[in-house]
Amino acid sequence: MLSLLGYTFFQNALLAGVLASIACGIIGTFVVIRRMVAISGGISHAAFGGIGLGYFLGIEPLLGALGFTVGAALTMGELEQRAEQHMDTLIGAVWATGMALGILFIYLTPGFAPDLFGYLFGNILLVPQGDLLLMLVLVVVIIITVGLLFNDLLAVTFDPEYATVINLPVERLMLILLVLIALTVVMLIQVVGIILVIALLTLPAAISRECTAQVKTMMLYAVLLGIAFTTAGIFLSAFLNIPSGATIILVSAAVYGGVLVKKRLAGR
Amino acid sequence: MTDEPVIEVEDLWLSRKGEVILEGINLRVLQGDFFAIIGPNGGGKTTLLKVILGLIPPDRGTIRILGGLPGDKRHLLGYVPQLRTFDFNYPLSVREMVLSGLLGRKTGIFKTFNDADYRLADKALSTMGVAHLADRTIRNLSGGEQQRVVIARALVGDPKVLLLDEPTVFVDTPTETQFYDILGNLARSMTIVLVTHDIGVIISHVTKVACLNHRLYTHDSKELTEDMIQGAYKCPVDIIAHGHPHRVLRQHPPEE
Repeated sequence: MLSLLGYTFFQNALLAGVLASIACGIIGTFVVIRRMVAISGGISHAAFGGIGLGYFLGIEPLLGALGFTVGAALTMGELEQRAEQHMDTLIGAVWATGMALGILFIYLTPGFAPDLFGYLFGNILLVPQGDLLLMLVLVVVIIITVGLLFNDLLAVTFDPEYATVINLPVERLMLILLVLIALTVVMLIQVVGIILVIALLTLPAAISRECTAQVKTMMLYAVLLGIAFTTAGIFLSAFLNIPSGATIILVSAAVYGGVLVKKRLAGR
Repeated sequence: MTDEPVIEVEDLWLSRKGEVILEGINLRVLQGDFFAIIGPNGGGKTTLLKVILGLIPPDRGTIRILGGLPGDKRHLLGYVPQLRTFDFNYPLSVREMVLSGLLGRKTGIFKTFNDADYRLADKALSTMGVAHLADRTIRNLSGGEQQRVVIARALVGDPKVLLLDEPTVFVDTPTETQFYDILGNLARSMTIVLVTHDIGVIISHVTKVACLNHRLYTHDSKELTEDMIQGAYKCPVDIIAHGHPHRVLRQHPPEE
């Protein structure tokens, strides 16, 4: 099995898993503690519209997804503040609209969309070198932004009203956080696919939340758990010859379930 | 103490969904006041505080805080919202929560806390008598402890004015007296505006009282007159104005 490590595609897959885990450990922590799982789902499904547009225009589908996720994140953030609609409703609308646009664009594109399935369910074993570079850039952007704004982001996600009273730029910070979620989603599409993104975004952070009450420690644990899950998932999928994205998610979910059961038993 | 108004509200009107919530409110809080605004639930007390803080825009009227607009000066106030506006399950320590009250004073992009900030946080916690809880996670606090931490967060930036919205809702009766003693001590060094539906709690430290039930009834003094109460509560209430230094009123008015 270790002979797999000699292949470039396998090394790339492991590296992609590490990069994605760093992003989803940091951002997933905010998603879990601020309860933004549904909005993250909306953003990731909206990405399908971007992938369709990428095919239609003949550009790199992930770049289309990048544009669409950031657009969807900003749209939802703005609408929440201005349209006086429940966030739930807006998420549903953006979620389905993104998917619908994707289907339409792919239908309008002549020929066949070859790796569509990969974008929906992920295929980390086929990550191209160029995507690794994009992922590295996104990880650096996420780390720098969160590093600079950590205390602000914490205050705004904890108590937005109080943050407003002490004159923090609440609206801007919330939009920044949504954009960071969008960037993370784009990275995760390559790893587990649009449909499974929210699981990898939330499960490592949810597990680490059970182990610590410190946000920074929670981020660190979530990153390490993410790396463990993706690495285990990649090896398992190669060994058993099963889809990698689904394997990574099932490994994560199994550990999460185990932690919950252990907690329940300990609580008796 | 000067006669400089720290909060000045003039002819303030606000309606929501066709219902008038605040009708022509005029309010002047002077430096050094311990101002209590009492009134029945749904009388617009919380709304008035939020308008003063610029969280809700009024239909008409002007508000000045420390001589400026709410949006420019509100970070100089300490605000204690009615509890449970946020999630106490947040993975945050008591000290971190109090420190967050200092963020509004910091400039620049990179906002880190230094030793002086940590000292301010510990000082605010000792003022509220909860210094020993600094390292505790906020979810492991009792209701009364949580409320003291919320007030410490408001105090940490050394505000000119402290605005308190129903601060005793989650505090049990024995600690309530202690709680008001702490506020009484604070009132020596800062202006306090206290909003509550419980007219039984108005204590000796209060220097001015007003009644709010959509309209504001006030005589700019500690005296709570029968016409103010009648105006606000629309029913007669027993008033003990003399002889009982600790309580202005004896009982809560019967429900309408």
